Amino acid sequence: MIVCIMKRDWTGPHAAAQHGRMPHDHHDHPHALLPPDPALRVKALETILTQKGLIDPAALEEIIDTYQNKIGPQNGARVVARAWSDPEFRAALLADADPVLADLGYYGRQGEHMVVVENTPQQHNMVVCTLCSCYPWPLLGIPPGWYKSDAYRARAVREPRKVLAEFGVTLPPEAAVRVWDSTAEVRYLVLPMRPEGTGGMSEEELAALVTRDSMIGTGLAKVPS
Amino acid sequence: MSACPEVAAPEPVFAEPWHAQVFALTVHLNEAGRFSWSDWVERFSATLKRHGLSRELDGGEDYFRAWLETLEVFLAEDGAASRAEAEVMRSRWEEAYLSTPHGAPVHLRG
Repeated sequence: MIVCIMKRDWTGPHAAAQHGRMPHDHHDHPHALLPPDPALRVKALETILTQKGLIDPAALEEIIDTYQNKIGPQNGARVVARAWSDPEFRAALLADADPVLADLGYYGRQGEHMVVVENTPQQHNMVVCTLCSCYPWPLLGIPPGWYKSDAYRARAVREPRKVLAEFGVTLPPEAAVRVWDSTAEVRYLVLPMRPEGTGGMSEEELAALVTRDSMIGTGLAKVPS
Repeated sequence: MSACPEVAAPEPVFAEPWHAQVFALTVHLNEAGRFSWSDWVERFSATLKRHGLSRELDGGEDYFRAWLETLEVFLAEDGAASRAEAEVMRSRWEEAYLSTPHGAPVHLRG
């Protein structure tokens, strides 16, 4: 399996702390620059738990590396492209996503179930977590800031069409909007509609049309240029 | 030719290193069996709700501050890291930064 690495401005979990990459960086500073208060509090917890043998620092590095570099919307895009190309795969995915995704190596590390909901001309699906920020991590990675904001979490349910319009999505009036509220146990992925003019495209080419937002339901798949 | 599509990443996954660290710490503690993810979500959403009463949260720094506060309280309640222990250790790290020459690696003393 090919693991696609996303380009990030990231130099490692301890980089800022050790190299003083803080807002007030000055090279003539007499001592190491003090990280912000919450960073010190996290370090404190990490040290205490490591000393008590309750955590393994190497496991923390692995988790950060995974979510930072290996998992992202490219995983979900691959699943969507396959569903567009393979009717049997699509049917199995919609019927019971967990085993299908597990075959591809995507499974919820927190034991959550994944449900795939399909957009049709009659129904557009959109995902929110009104509780906090539950999200299909294995398929989309860490959610964007707006997904975690109070504004989106409150308004997606109350006025989904207005929110969609702000994302630049206008639906025909006959299309119903269904909003799915994620929980600790169930995470949703939207299967967007396959754009026109994509007949004969390979799964790889199709995957490039699948945006993160189209899998949250706040966007549509890109139309090939 | 690479099989990987060019994925534009205008926003980093974690804006600050400590966001990544507190996230990983929580995921690791859950995976090690310290608490269930639904317990975590219940507590975290209660913190977000409480913080959101006084102002609108933007899902950035304020989100991870709420996350950290939830984890601190959780660990204090279950005895893994008491408030006092956490405060002492935080001070020791602060002292270590302030007494380490700029550019040198920072280590806890003692």
